[in-house]
Amino acid sequence: MSEIKEIIISSDKIHTDQYLVNMGPQHPSTHGVLRLLVRLEGEIVHHIQPHVGYIHSGIEKMCEAISYPQVIHLTDRMDYLSAHMNNEAVALCVENALQVEVPERVKYIRTIMDELSRLASHQLWWCVMGMDLGALTTFFYGLRDREHILDIFEETCGARMTLNYSLPGGVMFDIHPNFQKRVKEFIKEFKKKLPEYDQLLTGNVIFQERTKEIGYLSLEDAIAWGVTGPAGRGSGFSCDVRKHHPYSAYPLVQFEEKLDTRGDTFTRYRLRIEEMHESMHIIEQLIDNIPEGDYAVKMKGVVKLPEGEFYQRVESARGEFGVYIVSDGKKNPYRVKFRSPGFSNLFALNKMASGHKIADLVAIMSTLDLVIPDIDR
Amino acid sequence: MTNEELQAYLTGEFSKAEVKLGKQYVEILVQAADLHETSVRLKNEPELSFDYLFCLSGVDYPETMQIVYHLESVKHRHVVVLKVNTADRTDPKVDTVSDVWRTAKYHEREVYDLLGVKFNNHKDLRRLFLDDSWGFPLRKDYKDEVRIVER
Repeated sequence: MSEIKEIIISSDKIHTDQYLVNMGPQHPSTHGVLRLLVRLEGEIVHHIQPHVGYIHSGIEKMCEAISYPQVIHLTDRMDYLSAHMNNEAVALCVENALQVEVPERVKYIRTIMDELSRLASHQLWWCVMGMDLGALTTFFYGLRDREHILDIFEETCGARMTLNYSLPGGVMFDIHPNFQKRVKEFIKEFKKKLPEYDQLLTGNVIFQERTKEIGYLSLEDAIAWGVTGPAGRGSGFSCDVRKHHPYSAYPLVQFEEKLDTRGDTFTRYRLRIEEMHESMHIIEQLIDNIPEGDYAVKMKGVVKLPEGEFYQRVESARGEFGVYIVSDGKKNPYRVKFRSPGFSNLFALNKMASGHKIADLVAIMSTLDLVIPDIDR
Repeated sequence: MTNEELQAYLTGEFSKAEVKLGKQYVEILVQAADLHETSVRLKNEPELSFDYLFCLSGVDYPETMQIVYHLESVKHRHVVVLKVNTADRTDPKVDTVSDVWRTAKYHEREVYDLLGVKFNNHKDLRRLFLDDSWGFPLRKDYKDEVRIVER
């Protein structure tokens, strides 16, 4: 109750024509259990207060009781659409701490898996983006193509979403003999399919009317609120970890960091589509050149990190994902903190959506591409 | 600036702080009283311009609660780790930096929620994930009698 009173008082005068609406926790466009307390006047949004924690699972606390290889298995329960990037972040952090150099083959496999995950995540985002705006067809198109990637994942490591594929020292299994062939087939196929996405949704007049010049986020605000990923880059914030702090095989490939300064919903949408082209471009450069060698280095049975603090940043599908490990030299971490991209991105929503209609709020939230377990952890 | 240049620069500029080169980044440890002033200078001085706070964490050490700020400059692309120790571990208090980096508003609420660190001058210090009846689960002396299985 107190917070409702506070919101009413915090406005400079008492507005009798304004009212509060709870959007969520079970609203379909929040894609999970997220509650937005929205102050409305008619259908104009005046203020948004997000309420999180409905699926807070205490992953950081759990990590303190388990060993480092076990931490990996919790990370893909956070952002389940960027599971491989999260696995990789912890694996890289442990490897850097122990100064383990992984074989070149591992770097290539990890990077290809990263980009496949990014493609799968963006495909799902595109499906639900259309659906949030009332275009059901996009859902079938996106899921049709995503199935191919999930099949490749399944063949590689047995899992379709929670991969658990990267481990400290390498990857869990070597790639399947079919892997290269299937990935190349998929890329060839998807290159033909991606223009369909533009024909179906991007060029649609209704879609453009509902997204252009809606939900503006300035560069200054994007930095101040720590909005990363395609959402931040849509405002001109150059925040691609793959470019600025390269890891795995990213230093070896050519790709462009897609930037735009228009900062509206349509720009964020367009950048994700362009990122899919870039992801395919990265995979094409690597897939034929995977070097021969081991798929993992032999690690000790019990992984113990030296005393100290370690930080690793990776680019997940939603933005910058970070893991901060404080070690006291034992086999389990003293403290683990995950910097999740969704957490920072969500709280810029008030800035973006204030002044727009409530239907636009749905479109804006869609281009932030929120995954709730990533926020709640 | 490279890490070494940054270390030399910060040592010269911030005489009251303790500057050292960590394993990855330059670390600067300040007194709780100097935190806000240091933050403003780190952000506003053109040679430093640390405008992007990408991680804010709290760590429960035996004697103190430490708040760790990972900062990056978008212009210069250098990274610094700002650290502050609270005077009291059981009732920790530290100034807010949410007026310097706006994203800190919610990161500080998370730290308050999970570690019980109070941020002075914070406009909206409420719990974020958990109910008011919970303790502070990331503290080392936190005991959950119902759910945790002792091995």
